[in-house]
Amino acid sequence: MPWIVHNLWLIPGLPLLAAAITALCKQRSRTLSASLAIGAMVLAFGLACVAFLQTLNKPAGSETFREVFNFTWLQFGTASVQLGWVLDPLTAVMAMMVTFVGLLIFIFSVGYMAHDENFTRFFCFLSLFAGAMLGVVIANSLLLLFISWELVGLTSYLLIGFWYHKPSAAAAAKKAFITTRVGDIGLFIGMLWLYGASGTLLFYDGGNGCLETGALAKMVAMTTSVGMAASTAIGLLIFCGAVGKSGQVPLHVWLPDAMEGPTPVSALIHAATMVAAGVFLVARVYPLMSAGGAADVVPATLQVVTWVGAITAVFAACIAVAQNDIKRILAYSTVSQLGYMMMGLGVGGVVVGMFHLITHAFFKALLFLGSGSVIHGCHEEQDIRRMGGLRKYMPVTFATYAVGMLALCGVPLFFSGFWSKDEILHAAHGWPASHGPFYLGAAGALLTAFYMTRQVCYVFLGSYRGSVRGSAAVTSHGAHPAGSHPSLHAGGQVPHESPPVMTWPLVILAFFAVVLGFVGTPAWPWFQSYLGGEKLEFDFAKLTEGGVLFLMLLSALIVFAGIGLGWWLYGRQPAASAEGPDALERIRPDIFGLLRGKFYVDELYEATVIYFNAWWAGVCDFFDRWVWGGAVRAVSYLALGLSWLDRALDEYVVNLGFDQVCLGLRRDGGWMSLVQNGQVQRYLSIIGLALTVLVLLLIWGIKPS
Amino acid sequence: MSEFPLITILTLTPLVGGVVVLVAQSENAKLAKGLALTFAILALAVAGVICACFNPGAPGFQFIERGDWIPKLSVEYFVGVDGLGLLMMLLTALLVPMAMLASWRMVDRPGLYFGLMLLLQSGLFGTFTALNFFHWFIFWELSLVPAFFLIKLWGGPRRGAAATQFFVYTMFGSIAMLLAFLAIWYASGTFDFVLLARDGQTGKLARALADTLHWPGVSGGTITTLVFLGVLLGFAVKVPLVPFHTWLPMAYAEAPSTTTMLLTGAMSKMGMYGFLRILLPIFPDQTRALLTPLLWLAVATIILSACAAFAQRDLKRIFAYSSINHLGYCLLGAFAVMKATGTDATLATEKAAAFNGVVLQMFNHGLTAATLFCFVAFLEQRSGGLRGLNDFGGLRKVAPVFTGLMGIAIFASLGLPGLNGFVGEFLIFKGAFSLVSWATALATIGLLVTAIFLLTLTQRVFHGPLNQKWAALPDLTTGERWIVLPATALMFAIGLYPQLVIGLFNATTLQVVERLKY
Repeated sequence: MPWIVHNLWLIPGLPLLAAAITALCKQRSRTLSASLAIGAMVLAFGLACVAFLQTLNKPAGSETFREVFNFTWLQFGTASVQLGWVLDPLTAVMAMMVTFVGLLIFIFSVGYMAHDENFTRFFCFLSLFAGAMLGVVIANSLLLLFISWELVGLTSYLLIGFWYHKPSAAAAAKKAFITTRVGDIGLFIGMLWLYGASGTLLFYDGGNGCLETGALAKMVAMTTSVGMAASTAIGLLIFCGAVGKSGQVPLHVWLPDAMEGPTPVSALIHAATMVAAGVFLVARVYPLMSAGGAADVVPATLQVVTWVGAITAVFAACIAVAQNDIKRILAYSTVSQLGYMMMGLGVGGVVVGMFHLITHAFFKALLFLGSGSVIHGCHEEQDIRRMGGLRKYMPVTFATYAVGMLALCGVPLFFSGFWSKDEILHAAHGWPASHGPFYLGAAGALLTAFYMTRQVCYVFLGSYRGSVRGSAAVTSHGAHPAGSHPSLHAGGQVPHESPPVMTWPLVILAFFAVVLGFVGTPAWPWFQSYLGGEKLEFDFAKLTEGGVLFLMLLSALIVFAGIGLGWWLYGRQPAASAEGPDALERIRPDIFGLLRGKFYVDELYEATVIYFNAWWAGVCDFFDRWVWGGAVRAVSYLALGLSWLDRALDEYVVNLGFDQVCLGLRRDGGWMSLVQNGQVQRYLSIIGLALTVLVLLLIWGIKPS
Repeated sequence: MSEFPLITILTLTPLVGGVVVLVAQSENAKLAKGLALTFAILALAVAGVICACFNPGAPGFQFIERGDWIPKLSVEYFVGVDGLGLLMMLLTALLVPMAMLASWRMVDRPGLYFGLMLLLQSGLFGTFTALNFFHWFIFWELSLVPAFFLIKLWGGPRRGAAATQFFVYTMFGSIAMLLAFLAIWYASGTFDFVLLARDGQTGKLARALADTLHWPGVSGGTITTLVFLGVLLGFAVKVPLVPFHTWLPMAYAEAPSTTTMLLTGAMSKMGMYGFLRILLPIFPDQTRALLTPLLWLAVATIILSACAAFAQRDLKRIFAYSSINHLGYCLLGAFAVMKATGTDATLATEKAAAFNGVVLQMFNHGLTAATLFCFVAFLEQRSGGLRGLNDFGGLRKVAPVFTGLMGIAIFASLGLPGLNGFVGEFLIFKGAFSLVSWATALATIGLLVTAIFLLTLTQRVFHGPLNQKWAALPDLTTGERWIVLPATALMFAIGLYPQLVIGLFNATTLQVVERLKY
């Protein structure tokens, strides 16, 4: 077994160790905590590269490189629970992405969080997150994946609520944890079921793993009480977890709120890595998801994955159109793009979904960090209506942001988003089950180009609209991140470019947002062959055959239409003041209001699920206090009543009777005692009296009648 | 087998200590406290010795001591521990010193308080080691008396009512159980748990009950069921199983928090221990006959208590309901183990998983819940007794270490992987899912609701803007950190390397599963 497979645990282990050391250190050791975190990440990235190089050595005769290391975690009865890790292209590519993007974001954070009093905590949580996320990536056991998955959820909770004194942040953190846990319950049940049905939670175990043919065939053959194959039911339950984590409809509500966390957190966790973990999970258990399918029959699990993804892609893109918070626009964009990835997995398989996951991770991290730079430069302002003209003040940020925006929109040929999105549309076009997802995907592409153009026009074009607010508003706003740098910006009203520690990561990410596309073009599908284990060849002709060119032209047309529409509405005449209505709002205020209100999903949940939960809790409490408790009290009152009755009987019947008898006896005794009082003269007089009476009676008695 | 009567020494240490402290306490409170702690640590040391000498690979009882007591009534002095008893014994030995240290600063008759705690500990040790009903029942009831006085003398405003309800309610269940056991003795002539379990599993006991106890117009089977229900009631009240749980929130809330640590940490395990040691082995057929309603009651216990916890506004009542919820998982697992499965080897594995999970969960819950109440005690000491959900806010700002360590306990309680709670719950659910799928699937709702109310608690108490009333609230002192540190370390240790604890009782589990298979 290669060294790296045996020691793959070091990749998550190093950041975890950094987190543990930082947690035990004093709050003051800032340099130490940041260097530990970054150092651990550098080493992890190095190891991920070694792992990647290892996976390039395909063993002869097999499609892809895959080696596992399993060990026993605990024993119960005669059986045992095993955990393990796996090194295959999917692990390697994900680990490289997480460590590299994570490293850049860590470096960016040194600048962004420089003035925060909980700087060391921040790096502790970030390292913990990186460790847990890499645990998800390398896991060869659904249980280990679930453990890491939950830890990732914990760090997400801690980091969203990093500025815990803000009620909105505290609420958002709770909402994120609970909403994802709703999905996790499904995943948990799916895991239990999978364990019961296949007897193992190891993915690959030399032919005995739950993703290998033996177990899959067994699960396809099992039918459940509702007539579905067990593999389908388990797949759907596992997908619930992915829906929660990846913010798919209907569990998407937490992700936009998660933007309450510091911006590097949004970039790392809520754009590039953690939210993609759901997509990764589906990719990891893809053999299970696609079990039971045939050449033209799409299994029910993948149909659900596709439709959920496609609907999410359009739904979230619609909402993004009408938001004004720079990070919320990106958050909805993330939800929408995650929908694309799910759809890609459903229609085209692992390679299609994962390609978009990787490219998206880079350009969305770039966009988030860019927005962080903008927010930092505008003194913690997040409302795009109060920005404008930043092109002049922040040239590096603008240039890199533009690259990210073009990549996200999918502008043809030179940007990675184009190639990965095109793969998805192409696969959707050829999907045998339905053409619906293709149309939804195309509509999503149009909307994406439109809202990104709107955002860029608002933020970077026109003239700066922030100064009209006055310094009071700025200081009140700037006070929120634990007094983040009041001294630095107290007087300055003009936006400024961020320091190099923040702009360099942007430049590097921008570079990758461009070049990554070229590793997976139809002409040279290196990424696809690496991940999917197919033969690689360079062939320009692939670009023109099989409708590829037509679809490329179509998607280019859609993108330019979206950008053009955005430009026409927002770019021609940039908004002059922050208070004026939105250009779209002027045209259709009703639709705009609906979109701005996010289709009122939060309100719907508030009125149904949350209300029901509170009501039901009240019912349970009532039952406890009054029904069960009441029954107990009734019994106790009954017992008290009986005792009272008993006492009454005792006192008034038994005792009283007894007392009366006693009293009578005493009274009689008194009388009697008068008779027997021991005085001889009394006895003699009574005897005399009696004698007299007797004599008299006798005299009367013998009188003849 | 050890010749040295370790278990007798273990039970006598706190008993003697309790009496000594109660005598000494009127003279010098400080001396009494020191003495009490010494005895508690001594007991911990004895428990440690037992644990070290325990052979985890051997099934069955170890450290057996046996001698006639009242031969005419077949009453013996018969004690011993297997993996289950050992773990409960260790838990008790760990929690009592912790609870004592947490109440170190109390001023109202501390010597008396500490002495009663030792007596309670003795009752618990006796309960977890006795193997003869007569002997066992004495300790079972004996533990009630100090608990009653601890609530009655040091409790909150409604302590009188709470203590009385606690005592009478538990006593009511105990009397039902006592009557049932008298019937069993009458029919079988023995009080020996080991013999009774053997007869129960072969059906001999049921036949004896049916033959001996005649009642006009009532069949033998009904009589056996009635006897079973009598024993069940005794344990159902103690655990508690919905709907016999209403004494608990009030008792936990009114008791001083350090007493609640022992009530929830150790005493609530007495009921579960009774289920596993007495009820299920002696009445396997009767449990199976009533399995469906019992399972639904367990599910109701899990869901209703979690939801009721969400409606509470008092931290102690929240944790009290949470405690019921966690023991509900134990009940679910214990009932699932009883499902008749024939000789299917796979399902025997599932039973082993569920049973291991139940025992581990008992230990975990004892540890976590006691730690949570310990934090509530610290909080009350700082707030002058205030402990409403909405009385605080933003405490993380002034007390970050307090928040962090209590946060660990909270996340352990909601079953976060990496901490102890997850492993037990996972094993229970893993085993129970294959045995009783629907009930288990429904019970996962409890996991969700637990997260909701615990995070709401965190949000209200520790997050948000700082309530200026508590701007001077002190963080955990060094001493307080040391009190909770061992428990916290154990939470991590069990969460990361569960074999540490499971290894102690796996052999016992195998034996139980082997005996219950058919």
